[in-house]
Formats: sequence, C-alpha cells, structure tokens
Amino acid sequence: MRIVAISAGLSDSSSTTLLAQRYGDAIRAARPDASFEIVTLRDLAHDITDATIVGFASPRLQHVIDQVAAADALVVVAPTFKASYPGLFKSFFDALEAEVLTGKPVALAATGGTARHSLVIDYAMRPLFAYLQTMTVPTGVFASPHDWGDAGADALGARVERAVGELLSVAEGGGTGRAFDDSIDLFSETMLSISDPRPQV
Amino acid sequence: MTTMQFGLFTVGDVTPDPVDGTTPSEHERIKNTVAIAKKAEEIGLDVFATGEHHNPPFVPSSPTTTLAYIGAQTEKIILSTSTTLITTNDPVKLAEDYATLQHLVDGRMDLMLGRGNTAPVYPWFGYDGSKAVELTIEHYQLLRRLWDEDVVNWEGQFRTPLQGFTATPRPLDGVAPFVWHGSIRTPEVAELAAYYGDGYFANNIFWPKEHYIRLINFYRQRYAHYGHGSPEQAIVGLGGQFFIRKNSQDAVREFRPYFDNAPVYGHGPSLEDFTAQTPLTVGSPQEFVEKTLTFADYFGDYQRQLFLVDHAGLPTKVVLEQLDLLGEVLPTLRAEFDARRPAGVPDAPTHAARVALAGEGAPAGRQREEGGVPTGRQAEGGSVPTGRQREERAREGAGETTGSLDHERVTR
Repeated sequence: MRIVAISAGLSDSSSTTLLAQRYGDAIRAARPDASFEIVTLRDLAHDITDATIVGFASPRLQHVIDQVAAADALVVVAPTFKASYPGLFKSFFDALEAEVLTGKPVALAATGGTARHSLVIDYAMRPLFAYLQTMTVPTGVFASPHDWGDAGADALGARVERAVGELLSVAEGGGTGRAFDDSIDLFSETMLSISDPRPQV
Repeated sequence: MTTMQFGLFTVGDVTPDPVDGTTPSEHERIKNTVAIAKKAEEIGLDVFATGEHHNPPFVPSSPTTTLAYIGAQTEKIILSTSTTLITTNDPVKLAEDYATLQHLVDGRMDLMLGRGNTAPVYPWFGYDGSKAVELTIEHYQLLRRLWDEDVVNWEGQFRTPLQGFTATPRPLDGVAPFVWHGSIRTPEVAELAAYYGDGYFANNIFWPKEHYIRLINFYRQRYAHYGHGSPEQAIVGLGGQFFIRKNSQDAVREFRPYFDNAPVYGHGPSLEDFTAQTPLTVGSPQEFVEKTLTFADYFGDYQRQLFLVDHAGLPTKVVLEQLDLLGEVLPTLRAEFDARRPAGVPDAPTHAARVALAGEGAPAGRQREEGGVPTGRQAEGGSVPTGRQREERAREGAGETTGSLDHERVTR
C-alpha cells in the first residue's frame, strides 16, 4: 500500500504539513507495512507555474506527478486562503493530465486560521475532486488553531483516524472499479472508420 | 537524390521585437516570409513550409498563394505547409488548390495536414470543433478520393454530397501530392497516416521528446500493420528550433530576451531549463548539430527535419543570419545523418521518385477504385484487413501491435 500526501502548506513550519503528518501517523498505526510520503507543493512552486505556461511538467514535477499517479491512495491537505484553497494547489491539479486521478481513493483535509472556514473542504475542495472523478471518502478533517491546543481528548486525532479508516477501506476494496487507462483504443468507432470508411451510396 | 530533407517551417506570426519594440506590418511579414524562403533555397535547404491561420497575429491565411509566389522565384526547394487545416477547409478546394500548385511548380511541393489549435476557427468556418477528429478523417478520405479517382460519387456527414464530380486539375503525372499528417497528441491521426502510407510529422518544438515518441512509434507499427513496409520504413518528419552563434555565450545572450518574451513559452521556464527539457538548442553550431543528431536516436532514422527560425519577434536580418549559419553546418548535418542511416530506411519523398514508383506499379491516378488501400504502395502480402476484420482478429487473441505501447506514458 503506497499512500502519498499532498500538502499545499506555504509557510515553512506549516500546520497543513503537520496535519498531513497526523494522517501518516494514523496510517502507520493501522498498516505498519504501508509506505507514506508527503509531497510539499511549495517546493515545486516554480515548476508548477512553468507547467501552466508551457503545458508540460519539468522532470522534478513529473517525478512527483508520477508518484501521485502510482499511489494507491492520496491524502490531500490545503490551507484556507480567501475562503478557498491556494492558487498553487489548483495549479498543481491543473498540471495533471486529464483523468489521471480517476477512481483514486482520496481523503481531504484542510487547515484555516479560524473554525469559520471549516466548510472549505465541502464547498471548495470536494467539487474539484468530483470533477477529477476520485473516490473521495466522506470524512474530511478541518483543523483550526484551536484544534492543535485541545489536548487530552485529541478530537483531531480521532477524526483523522476515522478518515484514514475510510481511506484504507476504500483503497483495499474495489474502489469505483474505474482507473486511468492510457492505452490507445484501436477499436473505437472513430478509429475503425479510418480503415473502414462509411459505405458510399 | 535526397536521402533526408532539411528545411524551414514558419508559423507566420506577427510578433513585436521585444528588444527594439518594433512590430512588422502584415505587408512586411508576408514579404519577409518570401525573402526567408528564397534564402532557404540559397543556403541549400530542401523544404520551405508555411503555416495556415485565420486570425491575428498570424498572416498566412492563403498558403497556396504564397507558395506559388515563392515557387515562381525559386528553382529547387520543395514547397509545403505546416499545417494545412484539413478540418475547416473544404476538401474539394484543397484538392483543387494544391493540385494547381503542383502543376505550377512542376511537382516541387507536398503538404502537411493538421487540425489547427484555434477553437473559434471551427465556428468561423461553420464547423463544430468537438468533431475535429471525425472531420479530419472524413475530409481526408474525401481528399484522397478526389485526387486518386477521376470521378467521385460521395456522401458524408459534414459536406454536401458529390455526384459525378471530377476535381480539376487532375494531379500532375497522375500522382497526387505527398501528404504528411501533423499531430502531437491524437492517435487517430497517426492511424490515418499509417493506413494510407502517408508521412507523419511531430512538431517537436514545445514539449520534451517523450511526448512525441509514443505516437511516432504507434505510427511506425501501424504503418507496418497496413503492409506498407517495416516500421523503420515509415516516413517520419520532425520539427526543431535553434538559435546559434559561433560563440555559445553570444547565442544565449542575444536570444534570451526573445526567449523570455516568446508567445508560447515566454515568462515561464528559464532558457536553460527549456533547452535542457525540449529539442531547442541555443548555442554554438556544433552544439546544434549534436543535439539535432540525437533526434534519430529517440525517434528512429527519419526523412524530413524542419526548423522554426522566424519567430518570437526576431528581426528578419537576424533570421537570415541564422540561415547563413545553418547553411554552414548543413553539409555536416547531412553527412552525419547519412552515416548513421541503416540500409533500407527510405529516402524522403519527392514527386519524381513517386512518379517513378507509380510507373513500376499500378497506375497512380486510379489507385483507390476498389476501395482498398492504394495499390501502388501495397506490399506483396496483398490485402489489408479492414477495421472490422481487425477487430475480429483481435478478439480471437491475435493482439498485435499495441503490446509495447501499454506501459508508456500517455500524452493526450
């Protein structure tokens, strides 16, 4: 089981990456043999911008895209900027080829400066992943500053565990039964019409 | 005799010069294009190809007019396109315009078909852009018949039917212009080129080579599948671009402002990253030769190499200097490519060679009367299966040709 977390946290000590690490802890606790890596989009900011201009990924960005495409499941964590995810986060997903995430199990999480942003997962992130046709698990985890200080009950950890449980269940189950397929279909109607033109009247 | 052809292809953009701030007029750009084409012949290039566009900032909306004008002022250079829009032009007009050009320049022409990349062109010409692939296939199937059959009865989805129609003039010597198909992401276009035994061109400019390798390999395999020869015998053309000076550092210094402001990749990656990641060379003539030679390593030995030189607002004077430098290394390029070329890789297509070939085989003007593939190019094996026959075979488990493609990265 290979799980990749994508963190769009932009500051150096990032609570967004910290939240991604909580997912890693929960995954390792549940599946000691699973691999878990965090990709930090900040490190790829220039490459992502270049890709939006020239339409192809630099080798460094392509390496990360290949990692994401090959993962069995993704954890996607974004900070909240102006009531949504940062532009860099969207630009990363813009740089992916169409349909590459089809059927991929995904857990969404977000951080924000105030709990009032907590619907960012459902109002901003979910529609994007609906478009990408990922298998997005129901539990999204939003962490406001308050959540990091609520020691004792560890409500945040409990929510992360619930999301990870869902993610593993989907990843280890059948998923949507649909995955990205990049083979050339020689037998589509259009392809067949090349060597077998419509009969002439 | 030309084993491999080298030439220029131009987009025909009117782009401000980012260094001196001037912008050529349309008149200047059109006249400069002619000057560049004549220079291309002077330095010994084999091909000059112009794009086709129907919106500013581009000027070449009428390629056959420009090519005929150039043809009248040149002796040897092959006139071509990069690309002719098979989607939004009427195939009847294409058949007539390019056959007329073929007569005027005594066969010294061919053309490259493409879909174009400007979405509003489709509605401007009365077509639906979401049907681009279907338009490409139907229009090309009709164009082929208009050239290969003297009288055509035809009905399709996209054009008014034809009954008892003869496209005039008939192709010179009964041999239609050679056709290249340009595409960088559409397997159907590679399939179309393979089925008819036409050439396949990858523009090889804006993206890393990996984006082009897959479709060229697919085309080569399908070319063999349809009985035109081995995969190595398929007819492949590639684009490329360079900016060279005797001194590598001078090239980088002079080209950087043009690169940084270029319409396609400007304000994006650095010149250094882009040259490392794509076929662009900015450096010395020797660096340019070395990088160009690697193309054959990646794509197989090929027939036509076209370069984009007049772009990004470069002054015409600089473009002509670039061509002088290209002319100096051209003999080296030719010799090096010839030295590495294995026996059996076909020469680049010319009208004379194709007329000679047609003389050996079936009459070229009547190739498709039976509705099969052109008999003049058919391999000894004889009949080529239709799509539906192939489908049946595949379902029986023959599973040919696609296996080695499955693990490569898609680039749609």
